[in-house]
Amino acid sequence: MSEKRSLWEYANPRKFMGLSGTLLPWVAISGGALLLIGLIWGFFFTPDDYRQGSTVKIIYLHVPSALMAINAWFMMLVASLIWLIRRHHVSALAARAAAPVGVAMTVIALVTGAIWGQPMWGTWWVWDPRLTSFLILFLFYLGYIALWSAIENDDTAADLTSVLAIVGSVFAVLSRYAVNFWNQGLHQGASLSMDKEENVADIFYYPLLVAIAAFILIFVALVLLRTRTEIRARQLRAYMARERMQ
Amino acid sequence: MMVDLGDYAVPVISAYISSIVILTVLIWASLSRSAKVKRELEEFESKRKSNG
Amino acid sequence: MIALLDRDIKLAIRAGGGFGLGLAFFLIVVVLVPFSVGPKSDLLAIIAPGILWLGALLACLLSLDRIFALDYEDGSLDLLATSPLPMEAIVSIKALAHFLTTAVPLVLATPLFGVMLNLQAEGFVWVMISLAVGTPALSVIGTFGAALTVGLKRGGLLLSILVLPLYVPTLIFGAEVARRGTLGMDIQTPLLMLAGITFATIALLPFASAAVIRINLR
Repeated sequence: MSEKRSLWEYANPRKFMGLSGTLLPWVAISGGALLLIGLIWGFFFTPDDYRQGSTVKIIYLHVPSALMAINAWFMMLVASLIWLIRRHHVSALAARAAAPVGVAMTVIALVTGAIWGQPMWGTWWVWDPRLTSFLILFLFYLGYIALWSAIENDDTAADLTSVLAIVGSVFAVLSRYAVNFWNQGLHQGASLSMDKEENVADIFYYPLLVAIAAFILIFVALVLLRTRTEIRARQLRAYMARERMQ
Repeated sequence: MMVDLGDYAVPVISAYISSIVILTVLIWASLSRSAKVKRELEEFESKRKSNG
Repeated sequence: MIALLDRDIKLAIRAGGGFGLGLAFFLIVVVLVPFSVGPKSDLLAIIAPGILWLGALLACLLSLDRIFALDYEDGSLDLLATSPLPMEAIVSIKALAHFLTTAVPLVLATPLFGVMLNLQAEGFVWVMISLAVGTPALSVIGTFGAALTVGLKRGGLLLSILVLPLYVPTLIFGAEVARRGTLGMDIQTPLLMLAGITFATIALLPFASAAVIRINLR
């Protein structure tokens, strides 16, 4: 009789610890290696942009971090749904683990975005729709992380933050439209130049892909690491609670 | 070997440095918390074993 | 249901119920703005619609933790949960009570505050309309935030952090209606969006708020 293997096996904390422990070094090392390759390639071996000069090199940090900032939130949303529906603790803990990584990505996107914009726009901050949307995303992350910290009971915290993630996602998408409406027409040229959908010339495109792949792997590595920590921390809390009752 | 960044040296370098700093802090914080929790858990589990 | 509404309104109006809190805060914002930006009439006239919206929003924010806090503390919320009323209805009533006791006075006070901020003549109508259409959304969204933080000691700051990004779309469209209306521009799009947000949140968010209250009462 063959055992039916499915991804859901890894909802079991012990199985998850086993698999993640094996995967983690490989993901981390390949992420680090790709990051080095991508950044070195982009920094040293690509030309300047005729419009933006050497600031175009910031693209190798700004675009990957911005992508991951959004993808991290999306992963948290999916993990939250899995928790609410199937009650797998690993899923809830993975969402909790991913949040600080998402925050860091959002901050990197904001900082590199602002720095990139400064020579173009003359000020350190502009309420450009894209930057503003990331600022709002930052606030969503902050609230999510704060809620986890504020609730004592693990399961209640997981439930509440999951509902927040769902409602927050709807409002985050709504905010995107609202912010575009609020600031239409301003700085359109400059924000387009940060748009990855614009035709980025091949010569920039390939190192960018490497950098994006690097950030994805680094995100995965960090989430694996932090989820392992959350699983252990939860076990620790269980032991301490048992001790208090004895 | 240093590439000529022209007028934009300061923005480009500061973008790279701040991103690397943020990533480093995140990675270091994650690793150190992981080590701390792992150690505390192992202490607890060895106490349990010695208590029978 | 009406009884619950009645009770909540009476609780809010009686002394210590926080009824005047929102209004007072709105007044404070309006008085402090000219001190912050200078008394030049033309500047005040430009920012007046936005400041009025901001003041109304912050005043709403301030009174949110009262929505559930008192009932949670004395156990009434548990009692309400066992009543035949569905929790979705209960949270909707609470949002309505908040709207009636906090938002409506703000909307009614806008003409007076508009005068203090040199709001242009056309602006009065549009600020009031946009607030009237948008503040129900603020109450309903705020009720969701209050439900998340019910029972937390010092949950006020967390409540603000949670609700703030949720308020942004309403604020953007509401303030745009107020601003564009004042300038005589077309307000169709933002007004439709604002109304859409209000109707959608009234229809859907109570389900999330009810789920959250049930989780917190476990």
